Amino acid sequence: MKLFPRTLALLFLLIALASGGCKRAAAPGATTPIRIGEFSSLTGREAGLGQYTHMGVLLALEELNAAGGLLGRPVEVIAEDTQSKAGESVIATRKLVSRDHVIALIGEGASGRCLEGAPIAQDGHVPLVTPSATNPKVTEIGDYIFRVCFTDPFQGTVMAKFARDSLKAHRVALLVDVGASYSVGLAEFFKERFKADGGVIVAEQKFAGGDKDFRAQLTAIKAANPDAIFAPCYYGEAGLILFQARQLGITLPILGGDGYEAPELIEVAGAAAEGAYFPVHFSLESTDARSRDFVQKFTAHYQKPPTGVSALGYDAMMLLADAIRRAGTTDGPAIRDALAATHDFDGVTGRIAIDVARNARKSASIIQVRKGRFQFVETVAP
Amino acid sequence: MTELLQQLINGLSLGAIYALIALGYTMVYGVLRFINFAHSDVFMIGSYVGFYLAPKLGAGSVPGGLAVLFAAMAACALLGVIIEKLAYRPLRNRSTLTVLITAIGVSLLLQNGGQKLFGPNPRAFPKLFPETQLHFGELTVSSNQLIVLAVSVFLLVMLWWIVHRTRIGTAMRALSFNATAASLVGINNDAVISFTFALGSALAGAGGILYAMNYPSIDPLMGTLPGLKAFVAAVLGGIGNLPGAALGGLLIGLVETFISGTRASTFRDAIAFAILILILLFRPAGLLGKMRVEKV
Repeated sequence: MKLFPRTLALLFLLIALASGGCKRAAAPGATTPIRIGEFSSLTGREAGLGQYTHMGVLLALEELNAAGGLLGRPVEVIAEDTQSKAGESVIATRKLVSRDHVIALIGEGASGRCLEGAPIAQDGHVPLVTPSATNPKVTEIGDYIFRVCFTDPFQGTVMAKFARDSLKAHRVALLVDVGASYSVGLAEFFKERFKADGGVIVAEQKFAGGDKDFRAQLTAIKAANPDAIFAPCYYGEAGLILFQARQLGITLPILGGDGYEAPELIEVAGAAAEGAYFPVHFSLESTDARSRDFVQKFTAHYQKPPTGVSALGYDAMMLLADAIRRAGTTDGPAIRDALAATHDFDGVTGRIAIDVARNARKSASIIQVRKGRFQFVETVAP
Repeated sequence: MTELLQQLINGLSLGAIYALIALGYTMVYGVLRFINFAHSDVFMIGSYVGFYLAPKLGAGSVPGGLAVLFAAMAACALLGVIIEKLAYRPLRNRSTLTVLITAIGVSLLLQNGGQKLFGPNPRAFPKLFPETQLHFGELTVSSNQLIVLAVSVFLLVMLWWIVHRTRIGTAMRALSFNATAASLVGINNDAVISFTFALGSALAGAGGILYAMNYPSIDPLMGTLPGLKAFVAAVLGGIGNLPGAALGGLLIGLVETFISGTRASTFRDAIAFAILILILLFRPAGLLGKMRVEKV
C-alpha cells in the first residue's frame, strides 16, 4: 500500500514530461511549418460547399509553399470535417485550437456552423477567416472573426443599386419570406437604399418559408404595376415564385439574393427562370484578369471548374497569408491587427477591404439566368 | 376588378385540390368514423409516383400526362387498400382512438420511409402537359390551372355517380348509415371498406399530381400542410358529407388566396382556422352536415 502514492507520483512525473515534450516539439523553429486549421463540411448534406471551399484553400496553400512559404517557414493546413452537422464545428475547432495549436483558422462557409465554432476561436485568440458565412452575426462574435464574403445586408444594398441604376426601375414590389431573417434583412436594406436613390416600393407582399402557393401575392403585385420585383429567398421558394409569376403572365424582371445560386432553381422553374437576376460572390465568366487566372489554374489542377466558394476559400487563405506577412509573426493578436488593417487586398473575388465590423467591403457580381445558365452581367460596387 | 377575378381563379384551382383530398378524409370517416391521418401522405406518394413514371410514360403530351395521372391514381388506390388491410383492419373492433393513433403512425411511417426512399431534398416535378398561358383581356389563366379545374370537376362527378348510381356506392351509403344492419342484409363490409379506401386514395393520388403540376417542387413532407387544410375543409363542410367536403375545399382555397393577396397575408392560416372555429361554434356539424343524435 505504501507503494501506491509513489506510483502515482511517478505517473504524474511521466505525464508532466510527456506534455513538456509535446510543447517542445511544437515550439517554433526555422523548419517547423506554420499550422493553419480549416473546419469545413467535407461530408454530409453540404459536402459540395465544404469540398469546393477546401479545394480553393489547398490551391492557395500549394501556391504559398511553392513561393517559399511564409516568414521563411512552410505552411500546413490541418482540415477537420464538420460532417454538415450541428455541434461538430465545436469539436473540430476545439481540437484545432487546443491540440494542434493552429495559429489561425479558416472555416465553415455555412453561417450556422460558423457561429458554433467562432466563439472558440475568439476565446483562444486565434484569428478566424470565414470564406462564405454571410450572416451578419458571425463577425459580431468578436474581434478575432473576419470574413472575405459580403454580408446579407450588403446584398440588399447592391441589388437596390442595380435595380435603380442598371434596370432603371422606379417602382419595385417586394416579396419577402417573413420566416427567414435572411430574406427580411435583404428586403430591409434593399428598401432603404432604393428609397434613398429616389425609387418607390409599390407593394410589399409576405409569405412564410415552406409556402408553395404564391399566386395570390403575385397577383396583388401585378395589380400594383411595378417595374421589377425583388424576391430575396432561397432557391426552393424562388423556383416556385418564378414559375408561378410567368404562369400569371408577369414578364417583369425578378431580382433575388445569392440564395438563388443553385441548379435546382432552373430545374424547378424551367424556362420561367430565364431573366432572373441575383448577386454572387464570384462568377466564372468575370472578365477580371485575376479571376480568369484563378479559374484557369483551378480547372487545370482539379479537372473541373471552381464554384464561388472555391474562390472564397482561396481568398480566405491568401488574405490570411497576407496578414501573417505584414504582421511578421505568428502571434494571434498581431495577425488579428494585420487582418483588421487590410484595406486593399486584391483577391480573385475582387478587391477586399476589411471594415471596422470585420466584414469584407467588396463588389458583387450580378448574374442573370440566360438559356438555362447563370451568366455574368456586371459588377456592382456598393 | 381584374385582380379580383384573377384571385378568384387562383383560389378555385387551389380549392379544387383541397376538395379532392378532403373527399378522401370524409369518405373514410363516413364508413369507419375515424380520421385517416395517413391520407395526406398517400397524396405525397401520388406525386412521387408521377415523378418517377413521368419520363417512362411520355409526359409532356396530353395522353402521356393523362397516363401519369391514372397510373398515380391506381398506385395510390392500391396503397390505400394495403394500408387499410395491414394497419386498420386488425383494429376493426377496437376503439376509434386506437385506430386514430395507428393512422398517425402510418403517416409517420410514410413520411420517414419517403425520406429514406426518395431522399429528403425537394425534387423538381416534371412537366406533364403542354403548357400555355391564356389571356382574357387583363386576365391570365395558365392551362395547368384549367386542367386542375377540369380534372377535379370530372372526378367529383364520377364520384357522385359511383356513390349514388352503382351497387357498390349504395353499399357504401348503407354501411355508413348502419354497419351492423348492412352486414345483416348481405353486404360484405370488408370489401366495401377496401373499396372506399381505394376510391379515397385514388382521389388523393390525383390531388398529388395536380398539386405537383402547379407547385413543381415535391418532397416527402409536402403532404402535411395541404392535408391539414383538406382536413379542415372536410370538417368545415361537415365530416362524412361528400358535397360538404367539396364545398369546404373550395371555401378554404378561396379564403386563403384572398387573404394572401392583402396586407394581412401572414395571417392567412390564422384566418382560415378562425373561420373553422366560428363555423364549428355555430354549426357544430359543419356547413352541410346534419346533426345526429349520438346513441349511447
